[in-house]
Amino acid sequence: MDSSRRQILKFFGISALAMSTKPVLDAFAAGQAAGDAEANEHTQSGPDALKARQWAMVIDTREFHSLEDVEPLIEACHKIHNVPHLPVKRHEIKWIWETEYKHAFPMKGARFMAEDLQHRPILVLCNHCENPPCCRACPTQATFKRESDGIVLMDFHRCIGCRFCMAACPFGARSFNFRDPRPFIAETNKQFPTRAKGVVEKCNFCAERLAVGQQPACVEASEDKITFGDLYDPESKVRELIKTNYTIRRKQSLGTEPAIYYIV
Amino acid sequence: MKKSKGVIIGIIIFLAVVTFPFLYNRGKAAPVPELVLTETAKAAQQCVRSKDYMQREHMKILDLWRHTVVRSGERVYVNPQGKEFNMSLSNTCLDCHSNKAEFCDRCHDYASVRPYCWDCHIDNPKESK
Repeated sequence: MDSSRRQILKFFGISALAMSTKPVLDAFAAGQAAGDAEANEHTQSGPDALKARQWAMVIDTREFHSLEDVEPLIEACHKIHNVPHLPVKRHEIKWIWETEYKHAFPMKGARFMAEDLQHRPILVLCNHCENPPCCRACPTQATFKRESDGIVLMDFHRCIGCRFCMAACPFGARSFNFRDPRPFIAETNKQFPTRAKGVVEKCNFCAERLAVGQQPACVEASEDKITFGDLYDPESKVRELIKTNYTIRRKQSLGTEPAIYYIV
Repeated sequence: MKKSKGVIIGIIIFLAVVTFPFLYNRGKAAPVPELVLTETAKAAQQCVRSKDYMQREHMKILDLWRHTVVRSGERVYVNPQGKEFNMSLSNTCLDCHSNKAEFCDRCHDYASVRPYCWDCHIDNPKESK
């Protein structure tokens, strides 16, 4: 009698266990099916997207003589990227700007150098370093070096505004939005987002233009004074210019490997 | 005994005050918002995904979009039907749904969520307040 009761209980126990596993298995199966549905969607790059291992730029400074030569380029960039124009110098936001030789290339100047070279406007922007110190400083990986083409990019959604990257960048290429930038944008380009107060911003090598097969805005506006291309493609125009001209880079001794080359 | 009278009155006042908002708003649940589609959105028939999916999961799609566009540089989204879309909140989503106040805001207010997408991405100026 005892043993048979025990067996009945065992039987019930095992049946209950078997029945309770079915819903669990069903749920797993449903999860699998949902996963399959998700797999049907995918993302890809556009058909015209320009690709490279490391984008680089060669700026022929000999072609820029006065402010009138550089201003259209700066204007072109700042206009399409909704870069605000803030009147107060310490709030200034800039993606590309001009400076003097002695500021662009400290330690490279010579006494009694050619006056033309001393005073010609040198265009400076983010160098998209191959070994970028800003990306190492960023605690949220909001700024990162894109593996696919070597552009040092900003993910504004992630930026917490700590400004470590600004301290880390030896070129002062980054600006901080101390104020809401929107009221200071003369004409908003609706194709490109604006930024919010409290994020850092800088040149993005026109990643949004490269994705649709266009050259960066400053290159397009420069009328061949600036050349853009893949540093690791031996056939590229950039490589040819670097080979046939003497080029210098900003603060090369720091080892960040800037990707902007200057013909002086 | 004298004291307990005051306590009971106090309890009654307390309950009246605490339950007042519930009693006052009784039977007046906020109506489920009705969304207005723009002409462009109506003409397109279907959004990036089905209406049901978009209602539930649009934030997930937007999250996928911003991540892939910004971080992997892929800008084309192919939906399960094989149709391609430019992954852009400003240029794709808000191009059709240009009526932020009647489309986005109504639901977000109802659900009491405050996404900050529009801090940076355009809210179509034609339609903004």
